[in-house]
Amino acid sequence: MTIDTDAPTKVAADLPQDAGQLSAKLRHAAVEALPPERLMPDRQPTYVASWIYVFGVLTVSALAVVILTGVVLAIFGPAWWHVSPTGHFVNSLHLWSVEVFFFAMVIHLWGKFFMAAWRGRRRATWVTGVVAFVVSVGTAFTGYLSQQNFDSQWISTQAKDGINSTGAGAIFNVTNFGQMLMWHIVLLPLAVGLIVGGHVLLVRRRGVVPPFAPPGDAPPDVKAVPVADLTPKGDDR
Amino acid sequence: MQTVSAVMGVLFGSLVDLNGPGHYVHWGFIQMSVANVVLIGLMVVTFVAAILIPFRRHGGGSR
Repeated sequence: MTIDTDAPTKVAADLPQDAGQLSAKLRHAAVEALPPERLMPDRQPTYVASWIYVFGVLTVSALAVVILTGVVLAIFGPAWWHVSPTGHFVNSLHLWSVEVFFFAMVIHLWGKFFMAAWRGRRRATWVTGVVAFVVSVGTAFTGYLSQQNFDSQWISTQAKDGINSTGAGAIFNVTNFGQMLMWHIVLLPLAVGLIVGGHVLLVRRRGVVPPFAPPGDAPPDVKAVPVADLTPKGDDR
Repeated sequence: MQTVSAVMGVLFGSLVDLNGPGHYVHWGFIQMSVANVVLIGLMVVTFVAAILIPFRRHGGGSR
């Protein structure tokens, strides 16, 4: 007897006797929350055609460059990024992609604030965006502390009194280079990545908030646009 | 790489001289570096442009 190891393994799903399994429940919950056509839609409502969303995408793109250059810096270490010309270059890419990240994120945030983007059960989308901003500030702060130069020494000694006055200095010592580096390259990037990922998934789940109705008109239904309404009806481009 | 760095250094160094104490602006108790004021101004200008400049939609038409 021979076994065809190249053939895909046969799996059974949605059998009645398996309905109570944790994996089955999780799969159903995930598909119900984010069906594939909502997770990766072909079309969006016409009001999504706005530069404000371009800046949202630019924020995520800059974050990808930040993480990529951060990984390269982590591989070669401080002696490389301080001395080598290539290290200087990658270090600069890391810094300037952070600048672009914050620049784009603030413009996206201003735009969403004036759109009152929390309407229509989109509070979680708004809150995850705000929390992503705050945690990103902390990540950038620990990055400045990890430079190993006079700038980082100055920032840490200026910051310690403020941090200590809150009591957080008991566990978060800004003059401890090793601790700040670990926060910067492990804990905070993990938090930013998870929050931004959750934010994007919430945007997909709830959809983008519709604009305000013109004065005198009835308020629009600000709930998520059904997937069926996004499918083209004839040539309506 | 070093040649490029040298050229860029001369180009941008002639625009912004960073060899010296920083420049700050004071409004009462608010103190900000000129670099940060310029950056915030750029963000405001970009935000206004993002609102006012029409977004060209796919296919160029409207629906």
